[in-house]
Amino acid sequence: MNINATIIGQAIAFFFFAWFCMKYVWPPLTEALRERQKKIAEGLDAAERASRDLELAKEKATQALREGKEQASGIIDQANKRASQIIDEAKEQAIAEGDRLKTAAKAEIDQEINRAKEALRSQVAILAVSGAEKILGKSVDSKAQAELVDKLAAEL
Amino acid sequence: MSAEGGLTTSGYIIHHLTNLTFGKLPEGFTRYNGEVVGEGGTWTIAHGTEASTMGFWAINLDTMMFSVGLGLLFIWLFRKAAIKATADVPGSLQNFVESIVEFVDENVKSSFHSRNQFVAPLALTVFVWVFLMNFMDLIPVDWIPYLAQQLGVPYLKIVPSTDVNATMGMSLSVFALILYYSIKVKGVGEFVGELTLQPLGKFMIPFNLFLELVNLFAKPVSLGLRLFGNMYAGEMIFILIALLPFWLQWVLSVPWAIFHILIITLQAFIFMVLTIVYLSMAHESH
Repeated sequence: MNINATIIGQAIAFFFFAWFCMKYVWPPLTEALRERQKKIAEGLDAAERASRDLELAKEKATQALREGKEQASGIIDQANKRASQIIDEAKEQAIAEGDRLKTAAKAEIDQEINRAKEALRSQVAILAVSGAEKILGKSVDSKAQAELVDKLAAEL
Repeated sequence: MSAEGGLTTSGYIIHHLTNLTFGKLPEGFTRYNGEVVGEGGTWTIAHGTEASTMGFWAINLDTMMFSVGLGLLFIWLFRKAAIKATADVPGSLQNFVESIVEFVDENVKSSFHSRNQFVAPLALTVFVWVFLMNFMDLIPVDWIPYLAQQLGVPYLKIVPSTDVNATMGMSLSVFALILYYSIKVKGVGEFVGELTLQPLGKFMIPFNLFLELVNLFAKPVSLGLRLFGNMYAGEMIFILIALLPFWLQWVLSVPWAIFHILIITLQAFIFMVLTIVYLSMAHESH
């Protein structure tokens, strides 16, 4: 248990090792540690960002889907409305056309009736005249009687 | 067992606690084998109690060899890891080294608040080096000394931290750093002021100085002797266990070795933490 120069040797060795450690061991190791820390932090950041983006995208997708559905139902509604409108219009048109056709037919019929009436009238007048002629046995002065016959015909 | 000192118990113990010292024996000194040292003295390996006659200018070869060897092992291993250190997936060596580095770094950050690039690597060196030196304690006490004896080396103490020179060498280095940083950071004036003007003010300067000097010198002494004492006692118990019959030794040596794993780590840790704390105190004004 003697104190001797070993104490100096030990001190020199101590300072050498500590110096070497400071110069060549500590910096690269702590640098690597720091860099890895940064890398991991960045990675975690990126992951978080990605998950946030994903959520956002999901939200967007749902919104788009909802909008699409709304639009589709709107279109369907419109189409339904338009269809019923078209049907209504067609009905109206058909009714109007029917009315028109009916009126036209009626007019034609009236016309036909009038024409027939006219024809009948004139025929009746002629018959009446000829009947009268037969009754009177002589020709009636057609000129003189024409007025009468016409009058008669008009009364019929 | 011991070569000289016969097979006696005390001889065995003393042999195991003697360093391999190289130094100069003075003229006219009667050596262990009866030889008388000739004119001008002689440089030789000490036998028995000759080391105490050699005075200060002798060196414990075993302590120096093992401590420097273990220190080189430390810087080789850590330098190897440092060269290959990447921020990518670390290998197993890098993992191991990084865990120690981080552990030390955390300790430094928690108790050292000034800026100094030297303290953290110093703490790492202290921790790993002291741990390795203490670790030699776990190698069965007879193995390497016996092997050395077969090779003609009379004494070999393989645990450098059981040599008071090694532990005091380190603690005095720390003490030198304490003084250096105290003066560098605070300046001579403030440092002297710290030593003389507290705790009792300027009218009690001699008393203050006495207290503060005791306080100052207690640091390296306690730092070095604590490690030495723990390791020396531990080694002593291993030696005592080794005196038991060989079939009984494991009953005591195994539990003691397991317990010693805790002690060697703890002592290395304490040495490191105290180094950090002392240097931290040297950097901060009170």
